[in-house]
Order: sequence, then structure tokens, then C-alpha cells
Amino acid sequence: MCLGIPGRIVAITDEARLMAMAEVSGVRREVSVACIAEGPLDRLVGEWALIHVGFAMAKIDADEAAKTLQALRDLGEAEEALEAMAAGDAALEGRG
Amino acid sequence: MKYATEFRDPKLARALLAEIATLAERIGATREKPVHIMEICGGHTHAIFRYGLDRLVHEGIEFIHGPGCPVCVLPRARVDECIEIAERPEVIFTTFGDAMRVPGTRKSLIQAKAAGADIRMVYSPLDALELARRNPGREVVFFGLGFETTTPSTALAIQAAAREGLGNFSVFCNHITVPEPIRALLDDPHMVLDGFVGPGHVSMVIGVHPYDFIAADYGKPIVVAGFEPTDLLQSVLMVLRQIAEGRAEVENQYARVVPEHGNPVSLAAIADVYERRSSFEWRGLGEIDASGLRIRAAYRAFDAEERFGIGYAAERRTVEEPEGCACGAVMTGRMKPTACPQFGRGCTPEMPLGALMVSSEGACAAYWQYGGARGVAAE
Repeated sequence: MCLGIPGRIVAITDEARLMAMAEVSGVRREVSVACIAEGPLDRLVGEWALIHVGFAMAKIDADEAAKTLQALRDLGEAEEALEAMAAGDAALEGRG
Repeated sequence: MKYATEFRDPKLARALLAEIATLAERIGATREKPVHIMEICGGHTHAIFRYGLDRLVHEGIEFIHGPGCPVCVLPRARVDECIEIAERPEVIFTTFGDAMRVPGTRKSLIQAKAAGADIRMVYSPLDALELARRNPGREVVFFGLGFETTTPSTALAIQAAAREGLGNFSVFCNHITVPEPIRALLDDPHMVLDGFVGPGHVSMVIGVHPYDFIAADYGKPIVVAGFEPTDLLQSVLMVLRQIAEGRAEVENQYARVVPEHGNPVSLAAIADVYERRSSFEWRGLGEIDASGLRIRAAYRAFDAEERFGIGYAAERRTVEEPEGCACGAVMTGRMKPTACPQFGRGCTPEMPLGALMVSSEGACAAYWQYGGARGVAAE
């Protein structure tokens, strides 16, 4: 469970709280960019990052992102992460 | 090479396997006298089985599966305490899904949920924070579980709760660290370990220097590795090269993701919120010095142990493993999963007796899923 999944930062959602919208395998999820924020936050938009339990932990390049995503798909970890995100949304609605 | 067609780069994989075989021959590794390489991380264990690397490498290489699967090393007493907290009527208990099926002495979290406790699987501690904001009349507790990859997430969540003055949020901290159990295994006279494949995403947070003692004090090579099969083969090769050349160093095969000194923001958050416990209990391994974290006094208001008088804040409690469960022997590499009398009988992924059968990162679950009958036959 200590694996990060590649996601792309698509927008900054809350500058003060260092939150951004990330797209992970077509699923959008708000994540914290506190661990990779240096300089203006806008520069993160379009960047790839390894995302672990809602936190962007390291910036990676597009090639590394594609390879890592494939490896995680092979292990079933990518699906697991996406299911966990859906479970998180359900929990917030009281359906979890 | 049945699995080789699944490799994205089969040519590279074949070349690496050939080099590994050459080096294994050169250092005299045989099936009878193998080189023992421990992959520390449960994600690596899963990948080794998924791609059949244990069968593809030269027969003189034996993988020993390390303690790097957080739910596998979670003692039953901690699960019992989770349930004790979760069964309080005012509590919304939030957890990563991985922990739901780990057996406690009475039941698992999933069974407690079925019996009516308000237990919710979340993706992130940030979800738990949001639940606390939305439910001011309830106590929202997050089960803080995992190694250094996950620890920054709960540290940052606690810092956010403190900034917001969120009085109904707390964390039941069971975070553990990678280097200390490795030291304990190296100190165990029964263990034979010749080298290590180091965890990738844990190291992205802590960097490579926390492993210096493995090379400096114990004279063993360690190579931090990525998750692609060729990353793992490359790392095994790097370990063998060190052995062949009489070197013992910390090397970084995964430098494209793992910075030498880790992630400074994550490390600062961990240091601000957490301190080391004098010791912590691991399922199958017992108490290990300085291997667990607790919440510092400055953040006591967000410490579920303090709030509910439970866990290491209360009297030390240890619960025996279920009868016939050999997780401890498997975890330390003394027994293969298939040699456990409960394997596939009293213990399956659907009805796990021991924790190693619960997670896909556990050695027993990996043997069950990918080794199956072939694995048993091979034994």
C-alpha cells in the first residue's frame, strides 16, 4: 500500500491550502500539492506527479508516468487506487 | 520463459537475466547454497510474483520476502483497539480499505461495520478531515497506518486540523518505519541475508541515507529499486555486482524518482508532528526498538490514544497469534508460505487467519494468487 500512482495536475483549486485538481487515469480528484510546491503554484499545472493517498509526493516526467501506470495496472494497484478514490467520495456522502 | 512475453521490454529482461546468471555462477551461488536477497517492500514482493521473477532468475538467487507490508505486520491487539474505538456511538471511524479485512481477536473492521459500527473506507486522511468538518457533532477518527510513504499524509492532515481548530478530528497513530525492523532482522542470528532490494516509494520520502547502517555496520549491499520488472532485475544485478566485487554500499537504481535526501516538506511535517516510541509491536516479529511513531505532545488534542485512553497510551497489551498461524516464521523467511499447515486450509484470502494472507502484498497471498498449485508442486 506504499505505492504512488501517476496523476497529472490540471488546475490549482485552493492556493492557500495548496490544493489542486489531479487527473488519475481519467478520474479527477482533489489532492494536496504541499510536498511538491516550490515557486508559483501555477507552474505545477500540466505536470505529472506520483500521488499517494491524496498527496502529490514527487514530480515525474511523462515517460516515467506512463511506465509506472502500466506497471501498476499489471499489479492491479491502479484499479485499487481508483476504487479507493471512489470509496472516499462515497464515505463523504455517508454511503461508505 | 513463460512470463517474458508480458515484459514490455523482453529483450532487456533477457539480457538482465543472463547477466544475473553469469554473476551468480561466478560467486558460486547454487540451488543448495543460494544468495539470499530480501526485497523489503510488499509492492516489490507482489511484483516479483506477478512477473514470476523468482522463477526466472538463476536458481542460485533466493528472494526472502521482507516485512514491508503494513497490514501484514499489524498486531491483532491494534485491530481490537480500532474496533473498540469504532464501536463508540459518537465515532465515525475512517480507514484505508487495506485494513478492513485484517483479523482481530474477535473480528475484523469489515465485520464490525456489518454489525453496525460507523466505519468508513476513505482514500485519504483528507477525506477524514472533510468528514470532521461536515459532521461537527461526531468524533472522526482516522486510522493512521503505514510506512514513511504514508506518514506525511497524516502529519499534514493533523497540521491542517490544528490550523483550523478542528476539535472533532483525531488520528489513531500506528505508523511504523522501515530501517528498524531491518536492523532487527540483521541482528537475528537465524537470518541469512546477503543483500537487499530497498523500497522505492518509502525512499522517495526518506531518501537513501537511512539505509547507510546496512552497508556500514553490517557489510551488506542495498539497492533502492523501482517497480517495473526490469527495475527489479536491474537492482538484483546491482546487488550481485556488489557481492562479486566485495563491496557493500547503498545504491539508488530509482534515482529518477528517489532524491538522495528524500522529500524535505514531507520530512519536516513528520518531524513536527511525530516522535519515536521506545518500541513498537510487529505481528510475527514482536517488539522492535524505536520502530513506531507517536503524536507529539504539542498535537495531543489530535491523538486518538489520548482521547480514548487506548493503545500504547494505555497499559501495554499483547495478544497471542491464532493457533497454528506461522506468519512470524514466514515473515522472517524461516518458512515458505506453502509449508504452513494452515496455508489454503484454515487460511485463504477469503477467510484469512494470518495477516500475510490478507493483502496482495503479503507473501502468503502472493503465493496463493500466483504460486498456486504450481508453487506447491515445486516445493
